[in-house]
Amino acid sequence: MIRVGIDVGGTNTDAVLMDGKQLLHWVKTPTTADVTGGVLKALELVLSESGFVPEKVGAVMIGTTHFTNAIVQRRGLVPTAVIRLGLPATQSLPPMVDWPEDLRTTLGEHIYLVHGGLEFDGRPISPLNPSELRRVAEDIRAKDVHNIAISAVFSPIKPEIEAEAARIVCEVIPDAKITLSSEIGRIGLIERENAAILNASLQDLGRSIVRAFSQALRDAGIHAPFYLTQNDGTLMNAGFAEKFPVLTIASGPTNSMRGAAFLSGIKEAIVVDVGGTTTDVGALHQGFPRQASIAVELGGVRTNFRMPDVFSLGLGGGSIVERDPLKIGPQSVGFRLTEESLVFGGNTLTATDIAVAAGMAKVGDAWRVKDLDSMFVEAAVEKIQLMLDEAVDRMLLSPEPVPVIVVGGGTILVRNKVGNLPTIKPNNYPVANAVGAAIAQISGEVDRVYALANTPREKALEEARSEAKQRAVGAGADPCTVEIVEIEDVPLAYLPGNATRIRVKAVGDLRHA
Amino acid sequence: MRRTWKLSETDLEALAIGAAILGAGGGGNPYLGKLRARALLRQGYEIRILPFDALEDSDIAVSVGGIGSPVVGIEKIEKGDECYRAVRALEAYTGYRATALIPAEVGGSNSVEALIASAYADLPVVDADGMGRAFPEVQMCSYFIYGVRPYPAALADEKGNTVILNKVPDMYWLEKLARTVAVDMGAAAGFALPLMSAEEVRRTAIPHTLTQALGLGRAALEARSRREDPIARLLEVAKGVLLFIGKVVDVQRRVEMGFARGQVRVEGFEVFRGSTLVIDIQNENLIACRDGEVVATVPDLITVLQLETAEPITTETLRYGFRVAIVGIPAHPRLKTPQAIEVVGPRAFGYDLGYRPLEGEV
Repeated sequence: MIRVGIDVGGTNTDAVLMDGKQLLHWVKTPTTADVTGGVLKALELVLSESGFVPEKVGAVMIGTTHFTNAIVQRRGLVPTAVIRLGLPATQSLPPMVDWPEDLRTTLGEHIYLVHGGLEFDGRPISPLNPSELRRVAEDIRAKDVHNIAISAVFSPIKPEIEAEAARIVCEVIPDAKITLSSEIGRIGLIERENAAILNASLQDLGRSIVRAFSQALRDAGIHAPFYLTQNDGTLMNAGFAEKFPVLTIASGPTNSMRGAAFLSGIKEAIVVDVGGTTTDVGALHQGFPRQASIAVELGGVRTNFRMPDVFSLGLGGGSIVERDPLKIGPQSVGFRLTEESLVFGGNTLTATDIAVAAGMAKVGDAWRVKDLDSMFVEAAVEKIQLMLDEAVDRMLLSPEPVPVIVVGGGTILVRNKVGNLPTIKPNNYPVANAVGAAIAQISGEVDRVYALANTPREKALEEARSEAKQRAVGAGADPCTVEIVEIEDVPLAYLPGNATRIRVKAVGDLRHA
Repeated sequence: MRRTWKLSETDLEALAIGAAILGAGGGGNPYLGKLRARALLRQGYEIRILPFDALEDSDIAVSVGGIGSPVVGIEKIEKGDECYRAVRALEAYTGYRATALIPAEVGGSNSVEALIASAYADLPVVDADGMGRAFPEVQMCSYFIYGVRPYPAALADEKGNTVILNKVPDMYWLEKLARTVAVDMGAAAGFALPLMSAEEVRRTAIPHTLTQALGLGRAALEARSRREDPIARLLEVAKGVLLFIGKVVDVQRRVEMGFARGQVRVEGFEVFRGSTLVIDIQNENLIACRDGEVVATVPDLITVLQLETAEPITTETLRYGFRVAIVGIPAHPRLKTPQAIEVVGPRAFGYDLGYRPLEGEV
């Protein structure tokens, strides 16, 4: 199947054309202010240059930063109500209590606490009260709010309780756009609820972005299905993406790490993605990015998303180099590299100029940097090396040596081995990100607390494994390719019955339509 | 008017960090507790601290804290008044009226529970606690170690249940029965006991621990904002010892008898390059061995801090790759008498090892 992977970045929109596991062609085009323009341009270019007709394309995978930016810049978010099931518990911290004021205001403060929710072992805290929920729904309808997040205490162990509440709300507000917290997050009420609220508030933008992509594809003559990439390196189809836009957050670094794994054929490695302004360093485990375990803030809101564990440092091709004392970054000329750096006739000494002067790269006019003091150039190169070495060391899992894969447009800064480890610069490294999108798989995940006294550990794990696989298949994975990539069980202190939290993730290749 | 002082929102920020440091890896994250206390302050409630030496002979202090599982705490957030209602239930049962509250445990999330109860009760909180750190079980409270009666006790949940434990033969039975009740209540409950005279507090409590937590938190925050080395500042303020600097290379966890047990291995860098430090964990960090030699044991505090920020890391979030400083903070002398070591020393946790004073302790 011919696939097109697209990465819509802040500066460039990249597109790659792949036939199965083979990369046939790639292009880079400037990102445009409207959603459709840049994507359409990239699609048209990659097809015309490679000589493929649009009808041959079987699927399009898009990685985008639109939704991250919407949250960070508070753009395109609509008023959203939140209903939490948990009374009489949880009153001390109502929903959105720790949100930045401006974001609370943007969403309106439509906050409701009702009865329901579960204890850790699945007993109800209090019974769900349908008439109470109906009254809340009527109030929300009276305020003309249609986007609603529903959360319930311990819903990850029994998602039905949120679904039941949603059913009652829908009786009152038939066109409600509801996000259930159990569909999005894991244990940790506040963080899971926050993610659900953000997702509910992104519904309208989600719909318009997904439709804009859809339009771009149609305009390019492509009628194949398209997918958006999630932060865990897997895909969601257009319909699902419209419903869960928040899951696209942080898909950028994920895609570049997945792309690096694919281009190099290595599944256990450190990935160094050198861009124009920053370098992202992450770790690959079984071909997937290692996840961060701490709460991740998004636009000032705590969430517990499946985010890749990435260390970013202010070093890239456009980093400004200061002489006395020697300092590289974090300031960068960014996308003005081709005007401001010395080798392109500008007046700012950048990391790219250092690379050219040291003979590590051939871009721009080398004669423009021939007067740079060679001792100084050498010191700067060593400094860059040291910065990269430290960042890689920080992400290492164990003392065993693992390879380092270097990708991204700023790769010219890397001269030697990084972190004294075997270092690989794979073919097509500048478009690792779009490649990551093109090869993304489908996943399913389970995160639940089991009482191992009642269920033997092996049985609980088996149950979780098979449910994770079912979820992956349900989301569009080919059953023959689904495998478990992550199992984690964390014992819960102080609880009797050996309560253990089990998290399992399954992934598989996209099923051919 | 009593000689008390008011806790501000800024103090709360610092206190939460300090409490996590004193948690020695356990006690749960005080983040949600801090938010709850902050919400109360914003509603106009007051939290007042009573200096240890300002206790009057006629004072009656009730110790309070949450009992349950830290993981349940991040999902089933408190109604808010659980500890307060436990205090009221204990008062009603005994016929005494408390004039002050005192935290059961300063380390981790429990530090904030007494503050929240005090806001509801409009009572001051004594600058002291029963552990000077975090411990997993109720009998490890200095009050009981030094002979305060471990009954009656009161538990309260968010659903309106209150339970009185009228009489127990000893503090081990108290732990056992209270734990059972708390689990039935949903693995989270407010817990109030003992009700103490001023004399008992003076004789048995670990003094000045709230101000200690506050001081540690302030030091960390100040050092961060001035871009100074926060670890060095903390060591200075805590009169602590730098046990190790390195990277976490292995974390093993298992459950035994309801406890999260495990081991963490850290490989050294800087002055510790070439060395390895192993920490034994049972909810809290209990024993630290460097290159096979014991350098710190419970009840002294072993705290793992993020190297750059000095942010304390709890045992459940520790994982491969963390760059950490491991510091030892000497426990209060009241936790190191032979009587105390029997209850909170290494042997009480099942180690065939006597208490060793902290390496290089001044």
